[in-house]
Amino acid sequence: MPHDHHDHFHHEGMSPSGHPYRPDDDQPLTYWQRMEIAVRELLVEKGITTAAEINAQIERMDARSPALGASVVARAWDDPAFKQRLLADGSAAMEEIGIDPSGMKLVVVENTARVHNVVVCTLCSCYPRNLLGLPPDWYKTRAYRSRTVREPRAVLREFGLELPEDVRVQVHDSTADMRYLVLPRRPSGTEGWSAEALAGIVTRDCMIGVAVPQLP
Amino acid sequence: MTDDTGQGRRWHDMGGKDAGEIARGEHDFALWEKRVDALLCIATAKGYFTVDGLRRALEDMGEDAFETMTYYERWIASITQNMVEAGAFTIEELNARMEEVAARGPTYGEAQGAGE
Amino acid sequence: MTVLPEVTPPPFQPPYPTQDARFAPGDTVRVRPGAAPGHMRTPWFLRGRTGRVERICGDFANPEELAYRRDGGPARAVYRVRFTMAEVWGDGAERAQDTIDAEIFEHWLEPADAP
Repeated sequence: MPHDHHDHFHHEGMSPSGHPYRPDDDQPLTYWQRMEIAVRELLVEKGITTAAEINAQIERMDARSPALGASVVARAWDDPAFKQRLLADGSAAMEEIGIDPSGMKLVVVENTARVHNVVVCTLCSCYPRNLLGLPPDWYKTRAYRSRTVREPRAVLREFGLELPEDVRVQVHDSTADMRYLVLPRRPSGTEGWSAEALAGIVTRDCMIGVAVPQLP
Repeated sequence: MTDDTGQGRRWHDMGGKDAGEIARGEHDFALWEKRVDALLCIATAKGYFTVDGLRRALEDMGEDAFETMTYYERWIASITQNMVEAGAFTIEELNARMEEVAARGPTYGEAQGAGE
Repeated sequence: MTVLPEVTPPPFQPPYPTQDARFAPGDTVRVRPGAAPGHMRTPWFLRGRTGRVERICGDFANPEELAYRRDGGPARAVYRVRFTMAEVWGDGAERAQDTIDAEIFEHWLEPADAP
């Protein structure tokens, strides 16, 4: 996405996910937007931060997306020793393949033939954002936060995922510093696939636990 | 426990409460929302407050705020609360600046001024 | 009647520093009750419930203090504790043997004997 880094930060055109930015510029200024502008300007004037620092942080967050998580999963599928390191210390394993956890404490939980994991934060919206990017709106809803710990199978059914009775559903409520990533099972029929092809079937929803990888 | 029959359960502590279908819409974040997110990351990295303080102020806003404000509207309210508590700026300074911002024009584009 | 989950303690050490942890993986623990106002990270639906320590996560500063601009020290152990859905929801559980894990701070836990 071309823009001039030096003088102004133009957020024109398409966002990294391929959707147009909401046309805020023409919309009536809201009270909270007024607050954001005021707070941001005060912090810059007081030397607490700079415009460049703010823009760099926006870019850093924009660069995080489910594709990063998918690359971690694909590597774990192909490299059993990496997978063991990933399960032991998710942040160190991320860093090993060049993704900066930036302080995030990542715990990776593995789906097996007997166990299916799903992640929620009932108390707020904790999410492994430094790997997957910002969480989807539905993850933050009252309904997801309330129901997933009580009736996970009904929630998964709403997402189109039906699990057999002999599989244990394991819900993770992210209540403390750790952030959870689900390592989905590698589907059969993917033997010999490239890392890119493997990553291509690992969606964000698979890594939250509300979906499983599908062959195209 | 599906209903809050206990004394002391806080509104945000939602696990297990009755709720309807999960709304599946998603939206791309606007620039102002990304700026709010960035301010949170920067202010906490620099030690002005912690994510715990962010959550505490969000919780103290009450349930109505959750129902009527968007995610990042609540975040900027919480960040502002925490930064005032941290002494980063005063309410007097914030008042003056918010008035000045409003006077620049009726849209975000105009109000952000240089908007770097 | 408490229904306890099976846990297989992980074959690796906690990735974050920990010392003097009171509980070990496999221990049966009960979540203390608590109805005070304020910022807490122990969900209401787990208070008073009994589960098993699945792993020690590490030692962390207390969010209940950090939320109010205090340093939250000394750091204390955080455990991943596993509960069966039967234990948490009783007869209303969707499937009794499904499980829910949460990270619970040591000061919220007390030892519980298995039934």
